[in-house]
Amino acid sequence: MTGINLIFWFIALMTIISASIVVLSNNLIYSAVSLLFTLLGIAGLYVFLWADFIAITQILIYVGGILVLIIFGIMLTHRITDVTLSQSSNQQMLGGGIILIIFLGLSYMMLNTPWFQDTAVEPQETINQIGYLLMIDYLLPFEVASILLLVALIGAALLSRSSK
Amino acid sequence: MVDFYINLFSSIEFIKSYQSSIFIISVVLAGIPIFGFMAVNALVAVYVERKVSAFMQDRLGPMGHGVGLHAGKWGVLQTLADAIKLLTKEDIIPDSADKKLFLLAPCIIFIGSFVAFAGFPFNEFLVAADFNLGLFYILAMSSVGVIGIILAGYSSNNKWSLYGSMRSAAQIVSYEIPAALSLLPVVMLSGSLAFKDIVFAQTGSTLGILPNWFIFNNPFMVVAFWLFFIAGVAEVNRTPFDLPEAESELVAGWMTEYSGMRWAFFFLAEYANMFIVAGVATIGFLGGWLSPIPGYFDGNIWGVFWLVSKTSFLIFVMMWFRWTFPRLRTDQLMRMCWKFFLPGSFFVIIGVGLWDLIMR
Repeated sequence: MTGINLIFWFIALMTIISASIVVLSNNLIYSAVSLLFTLLGIAGLYVFLWADFIAITQILIYVGGILVLIIFGIMLTHRITDVTLSQSSNQQMLGGGIILIIFLGLSYMMLNTPWFQDTAVEPQETINQIGYLLMIDYLLPFEVASILLLVALIGAALLSRSSK
Repeated sequence: MVDFYINLFSSIEFIKSYQSSIFIISVVLAGIPIFGFMAVNALVAVYVERKVSAFMQDRLGPMGHGVGLHAGKWGVLQTLADAIKLLTKEDIIPDSADKKLFLLAPCIIFIGSFVAFAGFPFNEFLVAADFNLGLFYILAMSSVGVIGIILAGYSSNNKWSLYGSMRSAAQIVSYEIPAALSLLPVVMLSGSLAFKDIVFAQTGSTLGILPNWFIFNNPFMVVAFWLFFIAGVAEVNRTPFDLPEAESELVAGWMTEYSGMRWAFFFLAEYANMFIVAGVATIGFLGGWLSPIPGYFDGNIWGVFWLVSKTSFLIFVMMWFRWTFPRLRTDQLMRMCWKFFLPGSFFVIIGVGLWDLIMR
């Protein structure tokens, strides 16, 4: 269905354009705002890969949590304290050359790889399978990750506590 | 609704060949009623809010006895007149504002609540996009709007606005956690994130006469309901949690510099968010579109009626809060969230899990 193709190209273009604004913009807050569209675009691409749970998690964690904290941090240090924050790009020729080489390499790889094409039907439920896998097959990595996050949380609380 | 339109268009002979446009047109057609509902919801809710607050303060509220135009009996057309006024007002952009972000912020806030409505069911069939992660989707989408609030405060180049949006960001990011955690017992009891399954798990009756809603399921669910509802009120920045706007100290906070149409979009989004929070509480704890008398008055039209009336009652409770409780201080707000609501919601999760394990 070409209607869906049209939406795919719209989302892909939005992701690429906003991601390049994130990198190229001189204004830090503009970078942070266009990161919003990059993250939303990536969530859209996840939907095209039938990973609806991951897509929503992406929005909940990255947009609702991390991006808010990034913008919050920029705002706290920007206009209130009169420090002008900007990012500049140095050594543009060298960087551009390296990017060109990587781009050509990746394009060559993409065009010459025999891609695996799955013709399975769209799964109706992904979350049940994710739940079974996390709780049965991958329980240990799951618990280790949660302990890691808990340690980070306690560390942050310890660092931000007033030293008395 | 999207699927319904796709099937409808695919069955008509002379449209069938335009497969490419059918999907996009169906999505647009499913979106238009949502926008209409949001507009009507805001018009009605603003009128009710003004009347409720007037009656609580022993006033009459809008009565429609203006000098020029007559705004209907009991002032029922007052908000419509206000809306027309807002649409025709001059659109002011402050000179020192960051113009691009200033224009972008209302769009993000409005889109945030608009897309959340896409997953909100009014009955078993009346939902724009029916999929099995509805609850999770609405939780995620209602967190997008906060970026718009931050941008509105930042781009206004006004210290009050900035303070307002900073308070708002801290408040929404904090209260999202207890709100999501206190919905977990609902997911635990129904075993699904789909609104349809959550409501189906609440059919029947319990204790003889009571409907089998999750709030009557066990004592912990009552606590979970209030935790979610209060955290939801905090998430939509309503009094007593309206520190981001705080007319008396911040002069409406992040909205200060906005006027006319753009300000109207903030209001549209705010009342839509109230409806979503009250609606999710209704579906999660109060049986959604099920009738309060089990077995009677159930049906698709009745379903919409029950859902909207239960939700409206919860919105009325929010308005009631507004004239009952004084505004909290920032530190009180944060202490309440992290020291009472967060441990409280963990306690509720454990309690509901144990109850379900032992009593069944």
